[in-house]
Amino acid sequence: MMDLGPIILSLKLAVITSTILLLLAIPIAHWITYSTSRWRPIVQTLVAMPMVLPPTVLGFYLLLLFSPNYPLGHFLEEHLGIRLVFSFGGLIIASLIYSLPFMVQPIQSGLQNLPVSLREASLAMGKSKFVTLQKVLLPSIRSSILTGVVLSFAGIVGEFGVVLMIGGNIPDKTRVASIAIYDEVEALNYANANSYALILILITFLILLLLYYFNGNFLKDLVR
Amino acid sequence: MIRCNIEKELAGNLGTFMLNVDFSLERHKTLALFGASGVGKTSILRMVAGLMDPDKGRIEVNGKVWFDKELRINLSPQVRKVGYVFQDYALFPAMTVLQNIRYAAGDQGEDIVQELIDLMELGELKNRRPALLSGGQKQRVALARAVAQRPNLLLLDEPLAALDAELRLKLQEHLMRITKQFELTSILVSHDLPEIFKMADRVVRISNGRVVEEGEPEDVFANDQVSGKFQFIGQVYELEHQDLNSIVRILVGHQMVRVVIDLTLGNTLAPGDRVLVATKAFNPVVQKIV
Repeated sequence: MMDLGPIILSLKLAVITSTILLLLAIPIAHWITYSTSRWRPIVQTLVAMPMVLPPTVLGFYLLLLFSPNYPLGHFLEEHLGIRLVFSFGGLIIASLIYSLPFMVQPIQSGLQNLPVSLREASLAMGKSKFVTLQKVLLPSIRSSILTGVVLSFAGIVGEFGVVLMIGGNIPDKTRVASIAIYDEVEALNYANANSYALILILITFLILLLLYYFNGNFLKDLVR
Repeated sequence: MIRCNIEKELAGNLGTFMLNVDFSLERHKTLALFGASGVGKTSILRMVAGLMDPDKGRIEVNGKVWFDKELRINLSPQVRKVGYVFQDYALFPAMTVLQNIRYAAGDQGEDIVQELIDLMELGELKNRRPALLSGGQKQRVALARAVAQRPNLLLLDEPLAALDAELRLKLQEHLMRITKQFELTSILVSHDLPEIFKMADRVVRISNGRVVEEGEPEDVFANDQVSGKFQFIGQVYELEHQDLNSIVRILVGHQMVRVVIDLTLGNTLAPGDRVLVATKAFNPVVQKIV
């Protein structure tokens, strides 16, 4: 009998991580777009790195970083009683880092493609940068934001390497759907692996369908 | 009263050049900035609005210092609160016409929003989004929006450049109506002589990064070589060449006039050229229209 735990865990991880990511990515993308600081290329590179690195590399270093045998992991465990390796919390942090570029890039390119005059017009009306972002810029790039949310959500559901390195394979804690498939195949339970895989295909299909459906509607909305 | 004396190094088509301008403008008047493209007219507006920092100089508006390099004063665009009509209109795409104007009006209240919608004849369009508006309609919204915050100063960056001649004339009327009604002080960037004559009280002509002439439009654009007293500046609309003569139709203000000129002169003209139309030998007849 197939256990639905890994699917639920995957969705839970994706929902929590995407929500936090959205809140993180908007200020980062805004800063990258409008900053004239000389640190800009460095920040941009760091944000984009997880996209090109093999997930196992990221997972490996996070594993060392969070391990109680190393300073940060030791500090967290000693003083805060938090252990991030092989835990759901660790999965969230690893997924945040891994998916950051998938959320930041679309929002950033959405902002960069807006005419500068939109922002300047709002500033000249006496509006603060925050109000300008909230009322003028973000509503103008709704489709980019939706793209970012969907890409990172789907990416987290499908991620395997980072999750395996940092989370391992603990039922109901870190065994997400992608890991469960691998696990079932190893145990030669092809039927179960197939069920998980089909469910993942279905979820991905629905998510992307929603994206294209809503993005089409946003565009229609703007020309109404 | 506006006093502006600024210096800024700008990147142009032929490398960097120094923009160094000095001008002033009385309250409730309109100043036109005139000059070839790339001469830095838009940069002047941006520096006045606080969207670009001058390298040196001072900008003072109605007794208040907005920028002074030596005193290290540089008010943010939010504090300067100028009404800015951008070349691309910069209407907020996710907001309707009404929301665009309301957003700009802020705490000025609903009265001014309604007044502007009536004045700019936007009632029918107020629930549309900018993507569905024509160029002239966008222009009217941009104008209403720039005035909605009751700005200290209205800056217009070639506001009518993208529109055809007929629409231009209509919008010039709108623009004049709005500046009069709200007693605005404005700076207008324009390439169009008839527009400058119609709307500007003063004109500053910029060349090679400097003010080469400043004064009333009639003085700045008067051609000293013509002695006739009766003269207008117009724009060539259409040319028709014949054996010895050319028939040229010239737009002077609202009026189209038809003039027969020598073919050799006719061959040097093209539609869109600016010309001076003057009579030399005859005294014009003036009749009162009842």
